[in-house]
Amino acid sequence: MGGVHPPENKLAEKQSIERLDPPKTVAIPLSQHLGVPAQPVVTRGDVVKTGQLIAKGEAFISAHIHSSVSGKVKKVDAVIDASGYRKKAIIIDVEGDEWADGIDRDESLLKDFSLDPKEIMEKVHAAGVVGLGGATFPSHVKLNVPKGKTAEYLIINGVECEPCLTADHRLMLEKGEEIMVGIQLQMKALGVEKAIIGVENNKPDALSHLTRLANDYTGVSVQALEVKYPQGAEKQLIKALVNREVPAGKLPIEVGCVVHNVGTALAVYEAVQKNKPLIERVVTVSGSSVKKPSNFMVRIGTPVSELIEAAGGVPDDTGKVVNGGPMMGKALSDLSVPVTKGTSGILLFTKKETPRPAEQNCIRCARCVTICPMGLEPYLLAPLADKQRLEECEDERIMDCMECGSCLYICPSAKPLLDHIRVGKANVGKMIRERSA
Amino acid sequence: MNILTVSGSPHYHAKESVSNLMYGVIFSLIPAMLVSFYFFGLPAVVITLTAIVSCMFFEFIIQKYLIKGPVTIFDGSAIITGLLLAFNVPANLPLGLMVIGSAVAIGMGKMTFGGLGKNPFNPALVGRVFLMISFPVQMTTYPQPGAFPTRFADVVTGPTPLTKLKDGIMQSRTVSEIMPELPEYGNLMLGNMGGSMGEISAIAIILGGIYMLVKKIISWHIPIAFIGSAAIFAGIFWLINPEVYPDPVFQLLSGGLMLGAIYMATDYTTSPMAPWGMIIFGVGCGLLTVIIRFFGAYPEGVAFSILIMNAFVPLINRGMKPKRFGEEVKNG
Repeated sequence: MGGVHPPENKLAEKQSIERLDPPKTVAIPLSQHLGVPAQPVVTRGDVVKTGQLIAKGEAFISAHIHSSVSGKVKKVDAVIDASGYRKKAIIIDVEGDEWADGIDRDESLLKDFSLDPKEIMEKVHAAGVVGLGGATFPSHVKLNVPKGKTAEYLIINGVECEPCLTADHRLMLEKGEEIMVGIQLQMKALGVEKAIIGVENNKPDALSHLTRLANDYTGVSVQALEVKYPQGAEKQLIKALVNREVPAGKLPIEVGCVVHNVGTALAVYEAVQKNKPLIERVVTVSGSSVKKPSNFMVRIGTPVSELIEAAGGVPDDTGKVVNGGPMMGKALSDLSVPVTKGTSGILLFTKKETPRPAEQNCIRCARCVTICPMGLEPYLLAPLADKQRLEECEDERIMDCMECGSCLYICPSAKPLLDHIRVGKANVGKMIRERSA
Repeated sequence: MNILTVSGSPHYHAKESVSNLMYGVIFSLIPAMLVSFYFFGLPAVVITLTAIVSCMFFEFIIQKYLIKGPVTIFDGSAIITGLLLAFNVPANLPLGLMVIGSAVAIGMGKMTFGGLGKNPFNPALVGRVFLMISFPVQMTTYPQPGAFPTRFADVVTGPTPLTKLKDGIMQSRTVSEIMPELPEYGNLMLGNMGGSMGEISAIAIILGGIYMLVKKIISWHIPIAFIGSAAIFAGIFWLINPEVYPDPVFQLLSGGLMLGAIYMATDYTTSPMAPWGMIIFGVGCGLLTVIIRFFGAYPEGVAFSILIMNAFVPLINRGMKPKRFGEEVKNG
């Protein structure tokens, strides 16, 4: 149902993952995940090692945070993060790179499936693993199937349907074995027999590589998917792979599915087999004018500007820098913001590439209705939201919108459909909370 | 240092605009236009240009001096209205009437409601029906096709196949008696018959329709529902009594059915938004067309049926929602 075909522009898909050295200073935000921010357990002046726990996420939906470098805590202070708001972060001056005890830094593949489900979950929790696809939902929560529900499928998201991004693609090619082991561990934790890896047809090398690897792992299969955006959205992916529709407002477990990103599978592997917390991730740095489009393995907390420097610096014609993909990413106002667990890409666009054409009258061409992956009517929701007709917005299921941006992308009249809907969702959400309070 | 733009996602926009779509429609109308020029000659060219220029002129006047807003006469929509209005009149229509029709189409049909995207009724059809009711003689004096007549006087006029049929039925003649007097299906297909300028050639219109489908300017729902339902309803009557009701192929190839189904009913602004709504709209148009043709006073019913269905569009949009994701939980 629905979907659009934006230009893919995967300029960095042939670039192997390159490891960047830790920067001079890192700023590690306390809220890099969905849910309650973590509480710092270090203070100014403390000496920390790489991989050491520096903030605890004790709430049910929260995640631990570890130091990505070794050095001295400079301060715990508010810094501007990718959202544009000031958020609390632990700022560390880097000295050397001394790792905490117990972390296995050896690159050799380990396959130890002796742990029981609870132990796997605890290790994932301890390592602060969150969903690396972008939503950053704490992974251990997803591995813990709620009472009364059963998981039937583990779905692994290797779709990477956002244009420009190539981080997951490179991981599938370069860390395929580790991802497979991670998947087996997740299957064990969930108690499922079947895992399906969904990959779009535009990555034939990743498809054939993973298919070959999957032969050695029971219950794991790889499925090629049609190239369209948003094929990698959780609900759309489940629909494409097992033909089940997650009901509105419900989680995938409702239809017996748990979805994890390929990057998360790798993080689970490292957490369980190597005791390595989530302190680094792959970030695509790309753009048509960027000298050296790249995929970098960087420490969490590294300023975005350092990544751009490593890719050849900010091109002169840059008009917009986006954290994430071009369809759902956030435009940055400041290039000193730190890389967090959810940073999948830093894209530098020229003014021409990211136009906001002048708005015209809606001609009711119905394109937004045809392409909406959730079966909504953006042409109707946007003016209702704009006019604060919130009850009607709710009846027209505004809360089902996942903000994929397809409607605004396709609109020939360049109506700011999603902008209005976003505000409408916030207002309707508030109305619903007040009603139940 | 560069100045960075900060705005909400998405940061890409499809290279699609209103005028792109409109000029795509205009491009697809070229075959039908050439056919009308071929069969009706210079007068057809003059009528077409008059309609287009008048429509743009009236839109300009209204936008500039009445609304005092931005002038958007080059977005292509006024050109389409003019072109389609010209397609809906006989080639020998007095030019003054063409100008009046354009004024009504743009003024009453479109700008009264706020211009592009706001009008409930198809402007070209509003213009056509206004002319039809106000100037019935001039609007039904159809020139017969002849290759390249250069002066209006050269044109031989006569009724359209649908009118001949209607008149014949009214005189209690049977279909099998009338049929030999009408053009063969091959000529109906090509457009070698009397009729409004642009509606005569089914094949040229279908060609344009295929272009629009391939370019995704329109979706298949409305044309298929319209043509299919007209064929089915006409077919049912034909099976009941072939001496009073001609066969469905004749129905599809004569009059304005193809032009209506492919160009008039698919007008974005005046058609429903959701797929099932479009199908209901198309079926309604097809059904009403057949009913008017068989039982109405007019031999042709396409324009009226589309206008009637236009009035139902808000209701259809309210009732026919797209299939919401996750609405029916199917597990399999």
